[in-house]
Parts: sequence; C-alpha cells; structure tokens
Amino acid sequence: MTLSLPWLGRVPIGAAIGLFFTILFLFCAIFAQWIAPYPGSLIIGGVWEPASSRHWLGTDNLGRDLLSRMIYGAQVTVFIAAMATALAFSLGSILGFAAAVIGGWFDTILSRFVDLLMSIPTLIFGLVVLSVLPSTIPILILVMGILDATRVYRLSRAVAADINVMDFVEAAKLRGEGKGWIIFREILPNALSPLVSELGLRFIYAVLFLSALSFLGLGVQPPNADWGGMVRENRDGIVFGIGAALIPAAAIAALAISVNLVADWVLNRTSSLKGGRGG
Amino acid sequence: MSGPLRGWGPILLLIAQRIAQGVLLLFAVSVLIFVGTEILPGDVASSILGQAATPQALENLRRELGLDQPAIVRYFSWLGGVLTGDLGVALSNRRDIATAIAPRLSNTLFLAFWAAAVSVPLAILLGLIAVRYRNGVVDKTISGLALASTSLPEFFVGYVLIFIFAVTLNWFPSFSTVYEGMPFWQRMQAIALPAAALTLVVLAHMMRMTRAAILNVMQSAYIETAELKGMSQFDIIRRHAFPNAIAPIANVVMLNLAFLVVGVVVIEVIFVYPGMGQYLVDHVSKRDVPVVQAVGLIFAAVYIGLNLLADIAAILANPRLRHPR
Repeated sequence: MTLSLPWLGRVPIGAAIGLFFTILFLFCAIFAQWIAPYPGSLIIGGVWEPASSRHWLGTDNLGRDLLSRMIYGAQVTVFIAAMATALAFSLGSILGFAAAVIGGWFDTILSRFVDLLMSIPTLIFGLVVLSVLPSTIPILILVMGILDATRVYRLSRAVAADINVMDFVEAAKLRGEGKGWIIFREILPNALSPLVSELGLRFIYAVLFLSALSFLGLGVQPPNADWGGMVRENRDGIVFGIGAALIPAAAIAALAISVNLVADWVLNRTSSLKGGRGG
Repeated sequence: MSGPLRGWGPILLLIAQRIAQGVLLLFAVSVLIFVGTEILPGDVASSILGQAATPQALENLRRELGLDQPAIVRYFSWLGGVLTGDLGVALSNRRDIATAIAPRLSNTLFLAFWAAAVSVPLAILLGLIAVRYRNGVVDKTISGLALASTSLPEFFVGYVLIFIFAVTLNWFPSFSTVYEGMPFWQRMQAIALPAAALTLVVLAHMMRMTRAAILNVMQSAYIETAELKGMSQFDIIRRHAFPNAIAPIANVVMLNLAFLVVGVVVIEVIFVYPGMGQYLVDHVSKRDVPVVQAVGLIFAAVYIGLNLLADIAAILANPRLRHPR
C-alpha cells in the first residue's frame, strides 16, 4: 500500500504515518511556547481532572494542564535526544575515522577503550556516573552522547576501514594530503550514507535512554519535565485507574515507532539506489 | 590429554582463554566504575553534606570515608574487599552492603529466571513459526509487532499491564511485594506482571534474531537437498535447520538474558519489586557511592558472564570456531 504525497511521490502507508507523527512531534517541540494553551508549570485546576473542552488531556498530579505539559515535554525530550545524538555522531565518527586512518597504537587504545565501555550495559554505566554528577541538562547530553558515541565509533571505524583502502584514498595519500584532508574530504563524504541511516536508530535510542533515566528520577529534574519524567510524576494515579501516566508513555512509544518507520523507509530508498547498506 | 577428554584439548584451551579474557575485562570494568565514581568532578563528601557544609565537617567525612588517601590505594582496598565478599558499608544508613544485597539478588534472579523460562521457549517457537510461514501474513504480523515492541519503553508495557490486569480486571496485585517466607504460589502471583512485562520487552528481539538465525541456515545447500527429496517443511526445520541453528540461537538467548538483566532495573521500579535494580536506583538518587559501585559491578559481572556464556555456547556448537587463525 502506498500513498501519493506532494514532493515525496509515492510513500508506503507506514512511512507516511511515521512521517506525519514525526513532523507533528517536531512541530510541537519547536513551537511549544506558541502553541501550548497554558504555561507548563502553572497550576490551573484540580488534581487529575478528566479530559474536558478546557483541558483536552485533563490535568496532572498537581493540577497542571496535561496537554501543555506534553507539548513542553516534547521540546525537552526532542532537544536533549537530538543534542546527544549530534554529540554521539560528531565524536564517534571523527574518532572512528581517525582510528581507521591513523591506525597503530591510536586505533588499538581507542578500540579497546570502546570495547570496555560497551561491555557494561549503557543504563548501568549511566546510573553509576549520575550517582556523582548532577543531573543537569548539559551533563545528561554529555553522558548520553559519550556512551552512544561508542556505537557510532564502531560503525564509522568499520566503514572507514573499507574506504581507506580504496584507490582514490591511496591517490590522495600519494599526493601528500594530510590526515585531516583524508578524513574530512575523502572518507567523510563516502561514509555519509551508512551513517545517516544509523542516525534514526541512534535518535530513538537516545529518546528511550533519556526517558528511562527521567522515569527513574535521574534525568531531567523538576519543575522541568520530559515525557519520561511526566510518567514518573503521574504514576501514582495508575492504581486509582487514572491513566495520565500512560499518555506521555504512549507519546514516547509513538515517537520511537514513527522515527523507526521513517528511518526504515529512508534506508530502503537509499539502499535501493546505492546497493545495500554498510558502504 | 587422556581418557574421556581426548580431543577436547584445543576446545578447553579456547574456552579457558575466553574465560581469562572475561576476567581481565571484569577487572578493567572495576577500574572504570571506580574511576567513574571517584575521579570525576563532583566530590562525594560535599554531595552528601550539601552546599552549606563547613570545611571542618567536609574534612572529617573525607577522612572517615578514606578520601584523604590516594585513589590507587582506595581502589585496591575496595577491590580486595570485593574479592573477599566485603562490599563495604552504605553511606546513607551505615548498613553492610553485602547483607543488604543478598535477599535482593535472589529476588531479582527469581524474577529474571521466570521471565527467561517463559520468553526463551516462546521466542524460539514464534521464530520457527515465522520461518515456516515466511513472507506470509503470520510472519509479517509477528515481524511488525516485533518492530513496534522494540520501540516501546519498558514503563509503557509495565503500566499498561498494571492498568489492564491489576486495576481494571483486578487479577494481580499492582505492587509486586514479596517477603521472606512467602508461599510459592503467592510469590508467583506477585511476580506474574513484572515477569510478563520483562518477557514482552525481550521477546520481540529474541524472536527476530531466532528467525534470522534459522533463515540463514535455510539458505544452505543441504536444506535444498532435503526440499528436493520431498521432506515436509516442518520436518526440514526440525531435522535439519534447527540443529544447525542452535549455536546462533544459544548466542541470541544469552545476549537477550543479558538484556533482560538490564531491563530488570526499570521493571523493578515500576512494580516496586524489592530487587537489585530498585536498590541501585534508590542509592543513585541518595548518591550513596559505595552501594552504586558494588551493585554496578555485580550488574556488569552478570552481563559480562552471560556474554561469555554466549561465546562458549557458540564455540561448543560450531566446530568452525574451534580453530582460530
């Protein structure tokens, strides 16, 4: 089943749904200050009021408008996850390319260190580090970005090792170009397509990781809240049959699934042109 | 080598090498955990006492915690303690960590065991069904659900289960309280929902990898021969494909058990289950560094151990891995 969309041509129905929700969430994240009906931290009603025409999703555990909190939450969630993904990609890919190009002890030390970091579950190491560091937004981005950079490092190193032995790279080396030129002008453009297809997956991973940390009370700190933190705030309502906590939880799931669908579609499109992933 | 061990020499050597690597890795991880908690900016003493602490109080606490000694001395005394079963004392309540952990560890293992006992056979069965009817409606449905469920956060699965089965239907308790001396059936009822949530969290991944492992085998020449001589599809899978897929499946199972051990942290917090994960999270928020170090190391050890078992299972089941170049 496909759907005709302006500019994009025929899009599979799954990807179209994914695209719709991804754009919706991004729109909420970017324009939160303008579209949220109420300020995020203003108490405007009773505790856990049901959905009404004034409060489309009802109110939360302190009587704040849940829809507005969701919209601001989208901003916090998407911003931190996007920054962490960006950090993971810049750090991981540059180090991965450098390891493949420079080789020798630089590669060995870096690769063993990455193996070491990856031998501990990310969440456990995140918790260990956050037991001594404060959970501020820059620290969260840094911790998540560095831990996720290990996976990008592995991928980029493997991709760059393949490209590094190709004729045009040899030619550039013989021409006397420096390492910087080789990494940024020869390898980077050719490694971009497998890395971009990984981008979606890493973003989803960052969203889920951040949500888990915030749900455990170790991520974004009140009064700010991302969606994971909102699940935590409203979880006590569940046993009374109040589903307020399920709304942010479902939003996280919807965001992750949508990005997954879009990433899958982009991957299929690019791989049918370029002949398989992994370059 | 003599007697029943004849011919096993190279394999045992290889396994011994892998175990030695695992021990070395664990040692490196202990250094990493120690460095991560002790040398990073952020002083334990000042984070316990808060911003307003007097310099004198800070210094007293530092001396009491041994923080006035160089890091390397503290590391080796910590490691020596861990190796002899002495995990130190919790900062927050001055209780011995090892005695606090013991019942929680057994609770966590109990939960993880039942989750694994349900999810492993179920995942393999679903994987086999997906391969049997591959590219059909059944396969597509299973794969679609699997894709969706890998994107679901654990707490979504957990709270939906609580909402449906504990609050609406009232079949199970919504908090998984367990205590010592609890009758077995009551205990099983208490862990039913968290075990189900854990199962759902790992099931999809395990099933997809099982499906891939069997499909990989299905593309080999001897399967084609079996097809050509007219064996039925299920017989081919049962007699030819499954035995050859055991190694990759064992690998998948171990990797997913490792995943399950991590999933347990969030699941325990959702269901207020008194296990290791809950204990770790509580003490991370209290900034109780000795507890975090000990529990973090135990989680890492279990994770590394299961990965090691996955490797060994692969070596035992696949003769080609026994002769590394």
